[in-house]
Amino acid sequence: MVKKLSLPLTKEDIKTLKAGDSVTLTGELYTARDAAHKRFYDMVQNGEKLPFDVKNQTIYYVGPAPAKKGYAVGPAGPTSSYRMDKFTPMLLNMGLSAMIGKGKRNDDVIEAIKENGAVYFAAIGGAAALISKSIVKDEPVCFEDLGTEAVHKYTVVDFPCIVAIDSYGNDVYKR
Amino acid sequence: MRVIKAQDIKDAVKKMFISLNCNIGDDITNALNNALKIEQSATAKSVIEQLLENNRIAKKEQIAICQDTGMAVLFVEYGDKVVVDGDFSDAINQGVKEAYDEGFLRKSVVCDPVFDRKNTSDNTPAVVHTKIVSGDVIRITAGCKGFGSENMSKIKMLSPSAGVEGVKDFVLEVVRQAGPNPCPPIVVGVGIGGTFEQSAQLAKKATFRSIDDSNADERYKKLEEELLLKINEMGIGPAGLGGKTTALSVNIEYAPTHIASIPVAVNICCHACRHQSIEI
Ligand code: SF4
Repeated sequence: MVKKLSLPLTKEDIKTLKAGDSVTLTGELYTARDAAHKRFYDMVQNGEKLPFDVKNQTIYYVGPAPAKKGYAVGPAGPTSSYRMDKFTPMLLNMGLSAMIGKGKRNDDVIEAIKENGAVYFAAIGGAAALISKSIVKDEPVCFEDLGTEAVHKYTVVDFPCIVAIDSYGNDVYKR
Repeated sequence: MRVIKAQDIKDAVKKMFISLNCNIGDDITNALNNALKIEQSATAKSVIEQLLENNRIAKKEQIAICQDTGMAVLFVEYGDKVVVDGDFSDAINQGVKEAYDEGFLRKSVVCDPVFDRKNTSDNTPAVVHTKIVSGDVIRITAGCKGFGSENMSKIKMLSPSAGVEGVKDFVLEVVRQAGPNPCPPIVVGVGIGGTFEQSAQLAKKATFRSIDDSNADERYKKLEEELLLKINEMGIGPAGLGGKTTALSVNIEYAPTHIASIPVAVNICCHACRHQSIEI
């Protein structure tokens, strides 16, 4: 059975999720991958405010292809999450509640997910054309100079993913 | 001598890169359809179904199969009776640039790996491996290589005493460590022999070979089959969520090597194994 969830997720929603569950997400989320994470990290180290409040938000690790005319976004599948591991505990401690990517996370991230009652979803890598059909609106947020790595706000409808690491630290990749 | 216009090379390269990014090969489609029959878990079946559906959408709408439209890699066989009227290397890069611009493909190349990491904005330069062969044609096999799987690739210089068992152990170790990251089901390209860099090049070339073809040498063909079986027993499965289809194929290429070594390179490619060939 597929669970339908709305974004932003509530702490109660997150508690009901178990690693391996199929879910769909509807609402708003932010995109950010390697270069944007590095900037977030540097900004926090320098005592600066982030361009958007990550509290209770969802970040999707994606660098989309350009959109053809008439499309809300171009193909937009997940990128490998482990490259964001270095920066993730900091964001989780700041209140980030969910991440969407693909592949394994390290122990520090799993620990921070547990401590903060957060969740890590996996989308299907390489299903970018299909996934883009569930993204209906795209607004630029910041770091436009980063091109495909810029931060955007997506409105998603029935965005398909799987609970990869739940708030109890269960990891679908370790089963 | 036969004269080939640089413009014709540029046009061919451009056409290939747009096409290969939107149209997956029949070999991959057939293998995914087979996987669908073999998989038993609902999750594994659903992942494969979504990949097939994804590839249908990409083909129908002529949009990229995957957002990571990769680095452009070309293997060129350049006939020694051919003269290119113009700059050959410029023609290839111009073809790549136009394909990535006009084909709505992602530009994923940065100018230097460590310091600026500034995007070159046109997905050039391409990585070009050129070999002079006899003849009056130019043959190009081109592919786009996504780095989710490229990053999971490895190389090792084995001692001759490690033998075939050493080769097997290394290939399996690389695939196991990669786990869910390279978007399984994967195509495993293995280059054995040559020098350090030649084995890596052979491994890449192996990923550009149709997965319907086997190595012509019976012993290497057997090794391909054995490794594929062992990999699919690991249970990593589609999208790394468990299942019987971790790899669609193991493609091995080999070359003569030094008395002191067995270089082994494992280049992992995702299910979006995108390549095409052309003869000009
Ligand atoms: S590994 Fe392949 S399928 Fe996965 S995101 Fe990269 S290019 Fe796409």
